[in-house]
Amino acid sequence: MTKRDIIQKTGFTLLAMCMAANIVFLGMIVFFIASRGLPAISWEFLTQAPRNAMTQGGVAPAIVGTLYLTLGAVLVALPLGVACAIYLTEYSPKGWIVNLIRISVNNLAGVPSVVFGLFGLAIFVKKAGFGVSMLSGSLTLGILALPVIISASQEALIAVPQSIREASLALGATRWETIRRVVLPAALPGILTGVILSVGRVAGETAPILFTAAAFYVKGYPKSVLSEVMALPYHIYALMTEGTHPEIQTQIAYGSSLILLALVLSVSMLAIYIRQRYRRGYNA
Amino acid sequence: MIKRNKEKGIEWLFTALAFSSLVFLTGIVIVLVKEALPIFSTVSLPAFLGGKSWYPTAEPPEFGIFPLIMASFWVSAGAMLICVPLGVGSALYLHELAGERQRAVLKPVIEVLASVPSIIYGFFGMVILAPFLQQRFNLPIGLCVLSTSIVLGMMATPTVASIAEDALGYVPRSFREASFALGANRWETLTKVIIPAAGSGISTAVILGMSRAIGETMTVLMVAGGAAVVPSSIFDPVRPMTAAIAAEMGEAPVGSDHYHALFAVALALFLVTFAFNIIAELISRRYRLKLGLSR
Repeated sequence: MTKRDIIQKTGFTLLAMCMAANIVFLGMIVFFIASRGLPAISWEFLTQAPRNAMTQGGVAPAIVGTLYLTLGAVLVALPLGVACAIYLTEYSPKGWIVNLIRISVNNLAGVPSVVFGLFGLAIFVKKAGFGVSMLSGSLTLGILALPVIISASQEALIAVPQSIREASLALGATRWETIRRVVLPAALPGILTGVILSVGRVAGETAPILFTAAAFYVKGYPKSVLSEVMALPYHIYALMTEGTHPEIQTQIAYGSSLILLALVLSVSMLAIYIRQRYRRGYNA
Repeated sequence: MIKRNKEKGIEWLFTALAFSSLVFLTGIVIVLVKEALPIFSTVSLPAFLGGKSWYPTAEPPEFGIFPLIMASFWVSAGAMLICVPLGVGSALYLHELAGERQRAVLKPVIEVLASVPSIIYGFFGMVILAPFLQQRFNLPIGLCVLSTSIVLGMMATPTVASIAEDALGYVPRSFREASFALGANRWETLTKVIIPAAGSGISTAVILGMSRAIGETMTVLMVAGGAAVVPSSIFDPVRPMTAAIAAEMGEAPVGSDHYHALFAVALALFLVTFAFNIIAELISRRYRLKLGLSR
């Protein structure tokens, strides 16, 4: 083995170790959360509200609250995001408009999540007068999810072959008819991937809902879009920083973390699965 | 005719909706500036940025965010030491060494890791890592610059890895073939041809990783320890900018100096991440032009 070969071998080993670190990180997080969270999980934990100052009962209202908030955010982000992607790919506007929108999308994606929270606080909670509510939280989270949905939808639309559009236009369909009947159905799996990815992102976000939607404890389930909600990620935070029974609360936080982690990871794995299937189908 | 009007109307609708991101981004800037400005009638800008004491609820209150800026800087710099080598290394591994079957497993691992919510990282740091470090280094408290950097570094690694991997994908095959033809082995090709060619793409990944680390909120809120002092060692607890906003906004009365000061912190934070994103954008555009790619 020459010196060159030894250097190459060492270099490649180092790279493999870097890659392995990712697996170790993921494994460590899943292992610790799952092994200590599982004992906390029971049917009661999943289906009941907290009792006795958070020391007993379950986290059902927080699970439900997270689902509502996520659904609301998708309802906000999906139409806006898909419309934006359609405009960029199908109506092919001038170069500077595309650049301007792309730069805004990229920058919006890079805005720290707590800044979204402040924006939501100033605009939705105070100015619009929605108060600390599910509505304010969903709107804030919706803006945060927008860039994810735009990027995924745009990618999906670009992947639709130009020839399909031309065929439709040649048959006399208008541009909108082509988009609605031909392009969108073909791009649907890709757009769906984007939606699922954004669900995973939104469900785990805490900072944007700190001042816009979340409460440590709300009696019963949310009654209207204007009521405060409990949410899993905020619940974990609150359990670790508030309250008077740190030992028991940490146990419940482990359980809540496991539920959140399972939710988010299965959602993102679903997105990856759909995308891979879709890509394969496309090449064949 | 009706059909034509409908088509026109729909095009206008899409045009209007397409600008929503720009509207929201502008809205964020306006809100931050508007809510931040009043604080500067109480504190001057240099005193705000350079002031060494952050006692927003004391009497009289002091609004110097220098300790918060330093805290953000140190934890992010520490995170970079972890996520840059690991992230770029994993990208190189994925791109150069992993075969089809390995990639089919490893890419999802990175994506899944990137999707773990920050609250989970924060919780992990708080209940597992911090006690471990506390015991290992015999510290009074495990929540400090070091633990925060480690957790942030873990979080940013998959971000850096996937952006850097994209950048490597843009390097034309012909570069590699030319290098092999000249007698270089794979490692030489990688370090002397591929990495320099993808250099600006990789630096984009690093900048975006940095931006992510600085803007991260829940993790630092839970793991950094919360003391608003300029850290003197990596074992000091700190209060980064995001943590200050998240921890204090709930108690700051709307319209008070404290409230406005927190918006000013957010504005400073926004400007930093905005600058990073713009720099990344400029670098990647130049880079794509250099490699002869249109988009």
